[in-house]
Amino acid sequence: MHAIEIQGLSKNYFVGFWKKWALPALKPLDLTVESGETFGFLGPNGAGKTTTLKLLMGIIFPTAGAARVLGHDFHDPEIKHKIGFLPEQPYFYDYLSAPELLDYYAQLSGVPSAGRKQRIGALLERVGLGDVGKKQLRKFSKGMLQRVGIAQAIIHNPEVIFLDEPMSGLDPLGRHEVRDLIQGLKDEGKTIFFSTHILSDAEALCDRVAVIHKGELRGVGVVNDLRSSSAGKTEVIWQGAHALAAVVQYAMESHVTGDTVRVIAQTESLDPLLDRLRQQQARLVSVTPLHGTLEEYFLSKTSEQEPVRA
Amino acid sequence: MTSRLSAITLNTFREAVRDRVLYNLVLFVLLLVATAPLFGQISIDIERLVLVNVGLSSISLFGVIIAIFIGIGLVSKEIEKRTLYTILCRPVRRWEFIVGKYCGLVMTLVVNATLMTVGFYVALLVTAHHLTASDARLLVAVYFAILEFLMMTAVTLLFSSFSTPIFSALFAFALFVIGTFADDLRNFAAASQGVIGLILTAAAYVVPNFASLNVISQVAHDQPVPGNVVLFNTLYALLYSAAVTAGAVLIFERRNLK
Repeated sequence: MHAIEIQGLSKNYFVGFWKKWALPALKPLDLTVESGETFGFLGPNGAGKTTTLKLLMGIIFPTAGAARVLGHDFHDPEIKHKIGFLPEQPYFYDYLSAPELLDYYAQLSGVPSAGRKQRIGALLERVGLGDVGKKQLRKFSKGMLQRVGIAQAIIHNPEVIFLDEPMSGLDPLGRHEVRDLIQGLKDEGKTIFFSTHILSDAEALCDRVAVIHKGELRGVGVVNDLRSSSAGKTEVIWQGAHALAAVVQYAMESHVTGDTVRVIAQTESLDPLLDRLRQQQARLVSVTPLHGTLEEYFLSKTSEQEPVRA
Repeated sequence: MTSRLSAITLNTFREAVRDRVLYNLVLFVLLLVATAPLFGQISIDIERLVLVNVGLSSISLFGVIIAIFIGIGLVSKEIEKRTLYTILCRPVRRWEFIVGKYCGLVMTLVVNATLMTVGFYVALLVTAHHLTASDARLLVAVYFAILEFLMMTAVTLLFSSFSTPIFSALFAFALFVIGTFADDLRNFAAASQGVIGLILTAAAYVVPNFASLNVISQVAHDQPVPGNVVLFNTLYALLYSAAVTAGAVLIFERRNLK
């Protein structure tokens, strides 16, 4: 059973005085997320990431399509006992203290009163807020609020956790802390679906990613596969600038500094390139395979136009 | 369901209690009641009458102001600040949210009215040096003020479920003013004929009839309020509030949030 199964989910906003013009915020989306998977939903600002999450959370209604979470229709209120959600740049009731807020959300999520106080205390410790006491949330920093946000998302021990831009707007230390928290949830075997435009976070945490752009799914796959698909290049450095002319047909790019030459070439053309360098009696300094990055994949997907079905 | 409703109700109440503006309003009413004996000194031998009129009117009017002031933000503030996102992603039905918010504000208003009433009776004791059995009759006016709050909260919540706070306040206040003169509107409708008469009659029945809930002059002059009026007004306020709250739920159930 898939943890999340999205079928043709779409959202149009109707604009104009008579609301006649349909503005697609999300074109029909098909996507599945496996149980226990950490899934990154990548896209630039305005790509449709938050729209997708708001649809799945029942905050807005879809124009068409359906979704199932843990085998249940996503509109079924009962399934919400098993999901947690952290909105983008969350704002909480700032007149409450962190324990009061978590107690409120725990009640709404049906956490039994027995042991609730202990669970809240343990959770605050886990997110590094064990010492906040009765301080109101209005006095919290952004990083602290984000940690409260994660705590409220998991207060009822959900199976599937949706996080909308969890690292957005945080300083490097805050990002590191939040990343550790997500890694901890991943280690517990939770299914995590998180949207981000910070690719290094996705690269570090995700098993699979999808790229969305202009409301359209552009690519989906396993992170390691995607990285290797954009790899296949090798950096070769040697001394002997005279040899460049003999290998120029293999070079994708080249840089000459004094007598030292640095060339980027396709890996499959590495053997003939090295043969030519030997023939030219150039002195080899290094041969380094280059790994593709998620960023390269992301950029390639957000610049082409063809939609991809998952 | 009950625990979710009570959680939303108590949180709405807690928000209102921690709102300093609310304290200012309560303080203002208490001051008004405390200074009422001074008005009595200007009007010889009618201290009690002036105090009852000023005190009960203050309880009613400031309750309505609090209902509008807090009510206009009940839903729209949650949408604007996106706190609603972390509510609706839980097993909370939209109708539970609306009904919980309604109960929370009504609870706030009842607690405030109770505090104001205590202050009012203290002022009455200070002025007259003793309380009589007829002073208990004044509680009917307080009870009717609470019925007024039930209706006003529902009306404000209805506007808050689809409009901005400013427009909600304008609509709610306009409806309060029209409702205060509901008897005049009904008389005017009865005197009109044709399409205009029908429209006015329909309007007279749609707007909340606050005029029938105003018995301040009556109790101030020691005139009893008949039991059937109390019963009828109670049923009217409950049914009207339920119908308007149901309207707010219907709108909110279909609403796409920003």
